[in-house]
Amino acid sequence: MFAAGDTPTGRHVLIDGKIPPAVYRDNPSCNPIALITQHTNFLSDLSVREFLRVHAGIRCPDPSQVERLVHESVEFANQLTGEPIIMDNTMTELSGGQTRAMLIADATIICNTPIVLLDEVENAGIHRTRALELLRKHRKIFIFVTHDPRIALLSDYRLVLEGGCITKVLTITDEEKLCAVTVTRWDDMYTALREKIRLGRTLNLSDVEGLA
Amino acid sequence: MKLVICAGPATTGKTSVLRHVTKKLLAAGESVAFLKIDVQYADEDELFAREFGIPTRKCYSGELCPDHCSVMVLGDALRWAEHQACGILLVETAGLCLRCAPYADGGLGIAVLEATSGMNLPLKVGPILSLADIAVVTKIDLVSQAEREVFRARIQAAAPEVRVREVNALYGIGVDPLVEMIRNTPEVPALLQLRGNPPVGTCTICVGKKEIGWEKHFGVVRPLENDLFYRGE
Ligand SMILES: Nc1nc2c(ncn2[C@@H]2O[C@H](COP(=O)(O)OP(=O)(O)OP(=O)(O)O)[C@@H](O)[C@H]2O)c(=O)[nH]1
Ligand SMILES: [Mg+2]
Ligand SMILES: [Zn+2]
Repeated sequence: MFAAGDTPTGRHVLIDGKIPPAVYRDNPSCNPIALITQHTNFLSDLSVREFLRVHAGIRCPDPSQVERLVHESVEFANQLTGEPIIMDNTMTELSGGQTRAMLIADATIICNTPIVLLDEVENAGIHRTRALELLRKHRKIFIFVTHDPRIALLSDYRLVLEGGCITKVLTITDEEKLCAVTVTRWDDMYTALREKIRLGRTLNLSDVEGLA
Repeated sequence: MKLVICAGPATTGKTSVLRHVTKKLLAAGESVAFLKIDVQYADEDELFAREFGIPTRKCYSGELCPDHCSVMVLGDALRWAEHQACGILLVETAGLCLRCAPYADGGLGIAVLEATSGMNLPLKVGPILSLADIAVVTKIDLVSQAEREVFRARIQAAAPEVRVREVNALYGIGVDPLVEMIRNTPEVPALLQLRGNPPVGTCTICVGKKEIGWEKHFGVVRPLENDLFYRGE
């Protein structure tokens, strides 16, 4: 994430115009950005408990806090996924949704970095609006990569990428905030439609009236 | 002559790492020779010769453990690289028996491990990891950031003295510090010594006795329920 001319584009990432401290790159657990990739499975063969313990042990200097962090992470994750995560499961047994939920919880609670980078939270198979609500509570800088208008309109700024670089930084306008209300309503209706189909029900015209 | 020995289990990404390292060393004006040691098949010599036009060789260890083979041939290899007017000899070796490590005192030892392997791997690979100067962790693009951090912690628990470097060996992201370490490695001393102790003795299996069961063997033997002991005169 702190490219220093060593990636295929040869680019450098500077923080406030300065080269970031080497430790950000040399030790991943000092990285101030937690990156949540699109991984939908873990390869780690440790149990959830053991994995989180080791991770909390690296990220948190106070050993007495480790157990609390482990429990909070699993609790956080379980609010995002339908099927609760069991501490004694191995990481590899988690489903796609559980994996993404665990990654988000781990980044927020255990990494506790000032910046969290989330790649397409909408594809995660988790309660995405619930995730955003929880994330907002933790008052960090969240950067989402998203194609979802609802999520895009929930953010304060939008970075527009083109040709491999940022071409625009947009601040949400008052008019867009009004649009967001309607988009949210549509999205909720869509979610209800999806749920109805998932449950094997038949749709009526009244189900889609509000969408027109 | 600077000597760099790169070891690690099969398909962890040794060649991928060394390709990016070679590209950067050449760009920095260094002259590089490449030697691959493997048991019965290798094509890295052709790959490096084709891609970089540098002097390359391979050596099949056959009946010998590849690490033991490297002890045998390294003297010749350094003279060969010298003769080719190269300043750096890169050696890629397999490292299979996990009891010994091919690194030499006075050279740089690089262990290549993959982030996709089990979390207990750092405990299993023994001296290949613990005697290295730096452990390079490849395939970080295939795991989450959390797993990357936990894998590093597992390495440091098994080998606290070893530096760790995560890289994406497909694109060479993160190899720059490795290139710096190589350039800062001192010239090899006149008398090269294997780092660490080779495993105890030779067993009768090594000399070709095929019967199964410790009672059929002599020298250093071991039953399932016991430690090693010596049987014979
Ligand atoms: N995704 C990913 N694949 C990698 C990485 N490094 C290596 N690979 C792939 O892993 C496979 C083995 O890589 P090599 O570099 O040939 O591994 P090696 O250790 O030299 O293998 P041997 O010499 O055969 O023991 C290849 O298909 C590489 O493309 C990496 O960082 N990320
Ligand atoms: Mg190879
Ligand atoms: Zn050996």
